[in-house]
Amino acid sequence: MDLVNATYETVETDVLVLGAGGAGLRGAIAAAEGGARVLVVCKSLLGKAHTVMAEGGVAAAMHNVAYQDSWEVHFADTMKGGKLINDWRMAELHAKESPERVLELERWGAVFDRTWQGRIHQRPFGAHTYPRLAHIGDRTGLELIRTLQDRAVHTKGVDVHMEVTVFKLFKAGGKVAGALAYRRSDGSLILYRCAALVLASGGTGKMYRVTSNSWESTGDGTALAYEAGAELRDMEMVQFHPTGMVWPAGVRGILVTEGVRGEGGVLRNKDGERFMERYDHERMELSSRDVVARAINSEVLAGRGTPHGGAFLDITHRKPEFIKSKLPSMYEQFLKLAKVDITKQPMEVAPTIHYAMGGVRVDAETGASTVPGLFAAGEVASGLHGANRLGGNSLSDLLVFGKRAGDAAAEAARVGNAARSDIDQADIEGAITELMSPLDRPEGENPYKLMVEIQDMMSEHAPIVRDEAGLTSGLEKIGSFRERALVCGTGGNNTLAFNPGWHTAHDLRSLLVNAEALLRSGLMRRESRGAHARSDYPRPDDQLAAVNFVVEKSASGMHVRPEQRAPMPGYLADQVQRSYARYTPEETE
Amino acid sequence: MEISNLDLKVWRGDAEGGELVSYRVPVREGMVVLDAVLWVQANMASDLAVRWNCKAAKCGSCSAEVQGFPRLMCKTPIADYGNEVTVRPMKAFPLIKDLVTDVSWNYEVNKEIPPFTPSEKDLATSEPWRMQQQDVERSMEFRKCIECFLCQDVCHVVRAHDLKSAFYGPRFFARIASLEMHPKDVLDRRPLLKGKAGLGLCNVTKCCTEVCPEHIKITDNAIIPLKERMDDVYFDPLRSLIRVLGGRGRSPKTN
Repeated sequence: MDLVNATYETVETDVLVLGAGGAGLRGAIAAAEGGARVLVVCKSLLGKAHTVMAEGGVAAAMHNVAYQDSWEVHFADTMKGGKLINDWRMAELHAKESPERVLELERWGAVFDRTWQGRIHQRPFGAHTYPRLAHIGDRTGLELIRTLQDRAVHTKGVDVHMEVTVFKLFKAGGKVAGALAYRRSDGSLILYRCAALVLASGGTGKMYRVTSNSWESTGDGTALAYEAGAELRDMEMVQFHPTGMVWPAGVRGILVTEGVRGEGGVLRNKDGERFMERYDHERMELSSRDVVARAINSEVLAGRGTPHGGAFLDITHRKPEFIKSKLPSMYEQFLKLAKVDITKQPMEVAPTIHYAMGGVRVDAETGASTVPGLFAAGEVASGLHGANRLGGNSLSDLLVFGKRAGDAAAEAARVGNAARSDIDQADIEGAITELMSPLDRPEGENPYKLMVEIQDMMSEHAPIVRDEAGLTSGLEKIGSFRERALVCGTGGNNTLAFNPGWHTAHDLRSLLVNAEALLRSGLMRRESRGAHARSDYPRPDDQLAAVNFVVEKSASGMHVRPEQRAPMPGYLADQVQRSYARYTPEETE
Repeated sequence: MEISNLDLKVWRGDAEGGELVSYRVPVREGMVVLDAVLWVQANMASDLAVRWNCKAAKCGSCSAEVQGFPRLMCKTPIADYGNEVTVRPMKAFPLIKDLVTDVSWNYEVNKEIPPFTPSEKDLATSEPWRMQQQDVERSMEFRKCIECFLCQDVCHVVRAHDLKSAFYGPRFFARIASLEMHPKDVLDRRPLLKGKAGLGLCNVTKCCTEVCPEHIKITDNAIIPLKERMDDVYFDPLRSLIRVLGGRGRSPKTN
């Protein structure tokens, strides 16, 4: 690659937002309303972000269906679901503000399913005490993203760069000052200069082969933040969604919404037994995701799995019209991809990697990371969900903390614009050399194959139930993977024009930062808690309930340390202790 | 499991030109066209350009023409075709590379459509809005759209006549219908439909409805009702007569 010709275009903005899912768009709208010029950069086309995959709904204690619901109950459910290692302040803000954020969406044109009184309908979901998920059939994420997308493009001061990947963040004077990026279409380079930067880049599911995540979810945001010196938190906590498709092989991992269980679907093993009885007698199929995922895993290991290694999910006892109206895209998905009519036959499901609870360590009020000028919101951030996320809490997370991060970034830009420092030219040139280098060795190792090897390593060494030996040997392999990733090629072609081989070579670096952080944090958490299950430490350790593991880059490489969390104030602790009346639904069908 | 080989022909090239290239792909049970294309990318042609995201027909990224028919590749089983499949990029949009086309025109059109506009009264109230399910359902049908742009690709006004500057296309008639039929929207977009949107150019051949992966009845439920609304104002002879006799001036202003 001729570096002399590797010129770049410079683009100035106040607030740079990485990612155009729910958090990024909500953040962009907030920042623009706060008076900032905002630029949203996304890896795919606008409106294709992972948020569209969210099916079940958005959790908000609006008590439209169960009058007993309140922010206090939502808070307590979120904390208990997260096995108490959540940032309690985030959980409090989230529970208090999500109803307002949902109603705001409606005022921006979102059309939710209604109750008979004409209010927003709310459906029951795993580990939520009351029916709480505002929804639109089983395509809530699509409605959310389309509403925000239209709002954003019609908000003055918001601009969008589609199909652009950010490669590196730059700091100047100790603050985030910009980023280097490339256009996927032609490989041309852009230097963004900004006064504040919001990471809203989503998760890291591509660490594993069986995942509900798309090619985009390579943990770029956490890796960029880590390299820029920001702290990460709870990186051992990745969620296996209990119900992914298992058959046919081509569709393995594709999500089957929890809405199926919310609408009455039951899980059975190959003997026809409703096995959740043995794992969570109280909540059955609507237990928290970590419990249901491990239950299915245990059934399969005990030889009671379905022919393709999963469990049966059955909703055939509901009327066909009910299923088609409440779960239209599930009906379509199984009919088309698996030739299964879910109104007549059970689905075959097994756990699939779905969500990262861990991520960038943020301040609860503002989404500020530990690096000045750098903010994070949504899946890339950590804290709200603790050790396990409840279904429906991700969409509300995006809205509540997307807005908060956007507000704070606009404020930071207002202050920071006065005293911008220049990015060091050597930093920029160094980053360009690194970015272009795979093109110099097209015949180097194939990045696609390397990615599959990394995924297989993670599936083997950091599976749904982990142990010391597995995590340790996984960690031993990370070093050589990193070396191979640094010198890998593009898979055979050195064109700059829409070259996914070149793009994938860089995604590997992000994946490896996330994988290493997971393995290291997982080794240190010597207990089982939420999504982090250890066969050698099968019980929770009360002392670790007050601890989060924090990851940071140091001179000697990745460093992980335990950190004591401030105790919950009395008024919040009381809510977690309380027991709430159970909800008994009327038969409405 | 029986493994057979598929002869996958993929159009490779850019705006300068290109050709169909044949790849032999091992077939797994349940494989969809997108799986085969991604297999080629990982094993035979690392720079093969293709868009995809959710792989579950929810994001509308992997649009292409499979055996000449506009489809989502993630939703199209290989088994529907036998052992030979041809995949080309969408023809109605300028080509970037291989299966990736420049769809930015669609995003420009969307910006021109005035967004959801509730009444002052509805905006002023602090009470949550009340709407009945049956009233929101009409709008909901169009809000299922995943913006795959297959309807734009197949529409002859766009595809054969390239009237992009005078015509918004079926996707955006569905978008306008979703706004016009929203119970709380008060804006009148009929002048836009008659003017810049070019609704009159559509001659209801229903091709858009046929290719819609979300089964939205774009022609019957969006375009025809919009045409009726538009004609009510502009072309109803009785109304025109009343307007002339009543001296109430011309038709509403056209954008």
